[in-house]
Amino acid sequence: MLDRATEPSTKDAVTRRVRFRGAGFVPASSRFGGWIALALVIAIWQAAGSTGLVNPLFLPAPSAIVRAIYELALSGALWQHLSASLLRIGVGWLLGTAAGIAVGFAIGLSRLARSVGITFISALFPIPKIALLPLLILWLGIGEEPKIATIALGVFFSTAISVYSGVDAVPRNLIRMAQSFNVPFATIVRKVVWPGALPAILAGFRITASVALLLVVSAEMIGAQYGIGAFVLQAGNLMQTDQLLAGVVILSAFGLVVGRVINWLETRLLHWR
Amino acid sequence: MDLIANHISHRFGDLAVLDDVSFTVGAGEVVAIVGPSGCGKSTLLSILGGLLQPTSGAPELRGAPPADSLNPLTFVFQDFALLPWATVEENVEFPLLHTQVSATQRRALVEDALRRTGLTDFRKTYPKQLSGGMRQRVGISRALAVRPAILLMDEPLSALDSQTRELLMEDFVRLLADGGMGAVYVTHNLEEAARLADRIVVLSRRPGRIREVVSVPMTRAERGEIAAREKLLALQNQIWSLIRNEAIDAEREVQHA
Repeated sequence: MLDRATEPSTKDAVTRRVRFRGAGFVPASSRFGGWIALALVIAIWQAAGSTGLVNPLFLPAPSAIVRAIYELALSGALWQHLSASLLRIGVGWLLGTAAGIAVGFAIGLSRLARSVGITFISALFPIPKIALLPLLILWLGIGEEPKIATIALGVFFSTAISVYSGVDAVPRNLIRMAQSFNVPFATIVRKVVWPGALPAILAGFRITASVALLLVVSAEMIGAQYGIGAFVLQAGNLMQTDQLLAGVVILSAFGLVVGRVINWLETRLLHWR
Repeated sequence: MDLIANHISHRFGDLAVLDDVSFTVGAGEVVAIVGPSGCGKSTLLSILGGLLQPTSGAPELRGAPPADSLNPLTFVFQDFALLPWATVEENVEFPLLHTQVSATQRRALVEDALRRTGLTDFRKTYPKQLSGGMRQRVGISRALAVRPAILLMDEPLSALDSQTRELLMEDFVRLLADGGMGAVYVTHNLEEAARLADRIVVLSRRPGRIREVVSVPMTRAERGEIAAREKLLALQNQIWSLIRNEAIDAEREVQHA
């Protein structure tokens, strides 16, 4: 029986290899592929500009944008606009995040806060926060406060939602485990719920960072003397497209830097995953 | 200290899970709870350990716990319930942090618990780096650190492969031999029950009632010997014959959504 199994069943039949059919569906990103593609696009763009194929008024060449950024940096205008935006984003984001974490934890841990909080958040979250800016100007005046408040509001709702989802997602068995050792409530929150919710909270930061960036630019376009948003709008009005795109590139760079910072935080704080 | 199940009944909504279950776990005694799946074994253990409020009846303690016990009733969980962000050492230390013990004493307790479970060299590793068996050893180590009077073990081996189960079973035999510690050991594995328990509580199908309490007339040391094999097998068969028909019914039951 066993011997026969090792022999081919028919002596003169040809053997065929089993066709491999497991290929695909594992897209591996190569390390330099993206950079090469980016460089290629910039090169084509530059070539189109240099040869006069594209009107520089509508789409200035990359070299013109780089020159514009350089000149802005040299004149100090870049820092003036950037610092105004960074201050608004920084303060607004911190305020919104702090409040969002506090409210998110309350909703995640208390029945009362949950029933009240979720109703309010569901009602208020869908409002585009920029629509509240005029009201906030009426309330807070025309200074920095309404812009910061708009950003803080936008950040607050997203943060509160990601925090309470994170708290909800903390494995129930870990909380039961802590309770079985008589660990007090506050310690369970600090040592079990907080670290357990941290991945969701950090993922929320990624969203709120882009919300803050969106809102700062919008708010500055509505009413500000300084700030990247104001600068971009001004450049557009004056048809200085190289300046305009310089502003856009700076925004893109800012977004990239924030993304990197959050990556770094995740590898530092969530190394256990 | 004795742990008493005093006429415990429990319902989840309309579903009666436990019906008037009473028994006593004496000091240092190991009681296994077996029964067909869904008979409320784990529910009973949660109730005994104060993690779930029974619909009627109550878990009770009689007598003082050992003076050095920091958590007389201590669970060992099926899914280990380790903090994934904490190292082995930190996991074992976790239940001691809020207690009154001094830092020196705490370190000594952690050290002792790690040593008894063979984890001393793994103190700095994280749970995800460990095999299932080692993870459960961390769970056991954490339980030992608080000097329990009675271990409440909820299917502690059922998430593990059979070889690892065998190794951990040897650890349990050793730990329960030298500690003067009692245990309630919930399992669906009759062999584990027969190897460890002084008495085996056999529950009926849902709602779980006590069908029979079977004593194992051998010391745990004797059960390791080849001569004991046959007796233990006979015991397992006796219990299996009590459960088998109900296990078939339980298996064929259609769950209501």
